[in-house]
Amino acid sequence: MAEEQFQNDIPVPDDLKNNIFITSLDKLYNWGRKRSMWPMLFGLACCAIEMIATAASRHDLARFGWELMRASPRQADLMIVSGTVTKKMIPQIVRLYNQMPEPRYCVAMGACATSGGPFKEGYNVVSGVDKYIPVDVYIPGCPPRPEALMHSFIKLQEKIEKQSIRTVRWYQKGDEVSIPVPMLGPDLVDMRKANEIKAQAATV
Amino acid sequence: MAAGAPAPAAPKPAVAAASPVSGAKPPAAPAAVAAPAKPAVAANTDAEMADITAKFEGLISKAPYEGVFINDPARLVEVATYVRDGLHFSMLSSITAVDYPKDGVIEVVYHATRVPSGGKPLCFKVRVPREDGKCSMPSLCGVYPGAEFQEREAYDLYGVRFEGNPDLRRILMWEGFAGWPMRKDWKEAYFEGETKPFETRWPAGKHELAEERVPWQDNVTFPKDFDPFSYTSKPDGNIYESMTGNRNSVQGFPDAPVVVDANGMNQPQADEFMDELKTDEIIVNMGPQHPSTHGVLRMVVKLDGETITDLKLALGYLHRNHEKIGERNTWLHNIPYTDRLDYICGLANEWGYVLGVERMMGITPTPRVEYLRILMAELTRIESHFWSIGFLLNDVGAFFTPALYFITERDFIIDLFESVAGSRLMCNYMRFGGVSRDFTEQQLQRAHELAFERLPRAIDELDHFLTENDILKARCIGVGYLPADRSVAYSLTGPCLRAAGVGYDVRKADPYGYYERFDWDVPVRYNADVYDRYLVRVQEMRESLKIVQQVLQRMSKDTKVGDIQAGKKAYNHRVPAGQTYARVETPKGELGFYLVSDGGQNPYRYHIRSSSFINLNSLKEMTVGYKVADSVVILGSLDIVLGEVDR
Repeated sequence: MAEEQFQNDIPVPDDLKNNIFITSLDKLYNWGRKRSMWPMLFGLACCAIEMIATAASRHDLARFGWELMRASPRQADLMIVSGTVTKKMIPQIVRLYNQMPEPRYCVAMGACATSGGPFKEGYNVVSGVDKYIPVDVYIPGCPPRPEALMHSFIKLQEKIEKQSIRTVRWYQKGDEVSIPVPMLGPDLVDMRKANEIKAQAATV
Repeated sequence: MAAGAPAPAAPKPAVAAASPVSGAKPPAAPAAVAAPAKPAVAANTDAEMADITAKFEGLISKAPYEGVFINDPARLVEVATYVRDGLHFSMLSSITAVDYPKDGVIEVVYHATRVPSGGKPLCFKVRVPREDGKCSMPSLCGVYPGAEFQEREAYDLYGVRFEGNPDLRRILMWEGFAGWPMRKDWKEAYFEGETKPFETRWPAGKHELAEERVPWQDNVTFPKDFDPFSYTSKPDGNIYESMTGNRNSVQGFPDAPVVVDANGMNQPQADEFMDELKTDEIIVNMGPQHPSTHGVLRMVVKLDGETITDLKLALGYLHRNHEKIGERNTWLHNIPYTDRLDYICGLANEWGYVLGVERMMGITPTPRVEYLRILMAELTRIESHFWSIGFLLNDVGAFFTPALYFITERDFIIDLFESVAGSRLMCNYMRFGGVSRDFTEQQLQRAHELAFERLPRAIDELDHFLTENDILKARCIGVGYLPADRSVAYSLTGPCLRAAGVGYDVRKADPYGYYERFDWDVPVRYNADVYDRYLVRVQEMRESLKIVQQVLQRMSKDTKVGDIQAGKKAYNHRVPAGQTYARVETPKGELGFYLVSDGGQNPYRYHIRSSSFINLNSLKEMTVGYKVADSVVILGSLDIVLGEVDR
C-alpha cells in the first residue's frame, strides 16, 4: 500500500502503519449485515424440504453466514416463505412478519409463494404472498433447487450492499409500519381494503 | 417362485407373512383385534355383500359399480356394527362424500377393511338429500372412532351433518367460511370453467389474468351486504370452550385415569396437598409456526403443570384444494399434483393414483414398468424413513446432527431420482400403464452401488449409533402407547400400526404390482410405543433394501429395456364410467384414491384417503397423560407430512 496516500495531519504510530483501512460506514455496516442474516425457522410446504436440504451438509448454508435459523421472529432478519400460502395461514404469516424487527427481508420461494403456482385457482390459496407482505427476492421453481435458493441469497446480498444508512427506512423518524392482519370472515378479508369490500358487497 | 412367472402365484396368507421379526417380544396384552374370517386375501367382497343383504332384508340394495346402498340412513349404525363385529371388518379405511346435483343427493361412501388379513375393502354407501337442514345422517364415531376427522372433512367440504360426531366443526377451512366448497355447484373465486382444458385458453384462446377477471381483483368472494367492520371472526369455533372443564375427553374411555404420574401425585393421600396447592389448567397453542410440529400443524393442548390433559388439533393451514383442482383437471393433469401430497415420498403417491386409473381403464403395465415402479417406490420408502428418523431424533433433542447424516444419504437417492425422472422431489414419473423414462446402464450401475454398498452401510451405521443409545431409549420407550385394538379402531395405518403388533401392510394385504414375486417380510413389533415405531422403520428400510436388491438382480433377465409403456402413449384419457378405491402402502401408511368417473376426460370425484391425516385421529389418546415435551416426540413418531394432512 502506497504510504503517500496517507499523508495527512493525523499522526499514525509506527506499529499501526499498513494496518488501517478507510471505508465508508455504509460499506462496513452492509458487509456485516449481509454475512450474518438469521433466517426464521419457518416452513410451509414442499419448498421447506428444499430449504432444509440447502441448510444441510451438501449445500451448507453456513458458508454464507446464514445458517442460524431462529424459531422466534423476534430474532430473525429474513423470512423465507417456502410454500403455498393459504388463506387460513396468511393471518399468522402477517403476524410473524410484523413481529420481526427491522431491517427485515422476505424471500418468496417457489411458484406458490410467488403467485399461487399450481394451486392458484384453489379456494383456500392466496395468489402470492406479495398480496400482503413486501417481497425482496422471488425464486421460480416448483420447488426451486437448493442452488436456486442460494442464488436468491446472493441477490439479496447485492440488494443489501446497495442500501445506505442515511436513507433506509428504519433509521428515519416515525414508527415501524406494521401490516394489518387479515381477517377470516366468509372469505379472507384484507383489512386494508375493507372499505372497498364493503362498497363492492353492496352492489353484487 | 420362478422369477418373472407369467401369472402371479397364489397369494401368501398375509398373517403368516406378518410374523414377527427377530427380537420382537410376544404381545403383552391379549390381542383384541378380531380374528380374520378367512386367512387368504379375498379377491372380492361378493360373499359379504350377499351376507348383509340377506341379514338386513329390504334395507340393502346393490349399488352401481361397487358396494351396496343402505337405503335408510337412520339404520347406518346398526349395519356398520354388524360389518365390524359380524363380518370382522374392524378398520374403517375411508369415508368420503360425492355430490350428485342431478339426483339431488350427496352420497357418503364408506370403505371398511379386515385387519390384518386384508383383502378388498367392503364398500357401503348412504344417500342423503342435498338441501340444507335435511343433509344429515348418523355419525359412525361410536362404531369406528377413526371416523371423526373424516366425517368432519365431509362436513366441511360437502355440508353433510353427522349427528353424534363429538366435535362437528369445520376442519380444513375455518368456521364462518361461506359455502360447501366441494359441491359441484360451488364455484371458487377464480372459476374459469367446469373442466380443463378451459375454453378460454384453448382453442378459443382469450385468457385473462384471474385477478382481472374477478370483481374483487383477488381470490376472494363475499356475500351480498357483507360488512367487514361489524363482522366478528371466530375461525376456530368453540375450540377453547370445549376444552375447559372436562378433565378427560378421551373418547371411549370415560373412566380411565388421565394423569399417569410417577410421583404419586394422583394418589388419594395427596389430595389434601393438591387442594392446598390449587393450580389452574392452562390451554397452550403449539403451532402453526412451531419448529417441532413438522410443518403448519397446530396443537391446542391443555396442561396441568407439564402434563397434557387434553389435546385438540387445528388443521387446514396447508389446505390447498387438491380435490377441487383435481376434479377440474384432466386425468393426466393430476399425476404431478399427487407428488405434492406427501412431498417426501412423491413417487409412492403417484403409484396409488395411476393404479386406480389403470384398474378403471383395464390397463396392465409391462413387466419393466412394474419393476421400475417397485424400485422407485422402495427407494422412496428408504429415503422417507431416513428423513423421519432424522427428525424424530431432532424432536428427542439430538438437534440436527443425526438428521444431517441422514439427509446426506437421502441426497444420494434423490440424485438418482433426478437423473432418471428429472426432478429431485416432484418426479412426475409414472404414467397410466407406464413410466416416463427408463433407467440407462449408468443409472442402473448407480442404483446397484447404492443398494448393495452405500445404503446397507448407512442403515447399519444408523442402527449402531442410535438403537442402543441411552437417551433415545429413555425418551422413547413406553412413550405414546396405543394398544392394538385402539389403533385399529382409530384407523391407524403404516409403521405405527405395525409397531402395535398388527401386521397390516397393503403390499401384502391388498397386493398390487409385483410385490408377491419378491421375498420380503413385514416387520412387526408389539410394544406400541415410540421406540418400537422407530425400530419398525429401521427394519422396514432393510426389507425395502431387500426388495430393491432383488429387483436390480432380476430386472435385466426378466424385462426388456425400453419397454416402459403398455399400449400407446396418450395425452387424453377417457376413463370408462365407474368407481374404484385403489390403495398403496406409502412410508406413512395406507394411501387410498377413491375415483369416480362419468366416462369423461376428467375425474368426477377425486378423493385422497391420506394416512397422515387419519393417523392424527389417534394423537390425542397417545398424548394425553404424558408431558408436553413428549408430545413432540409422539408427533414425530407418527411421521406426518402436512401436504398430505391438509391436502
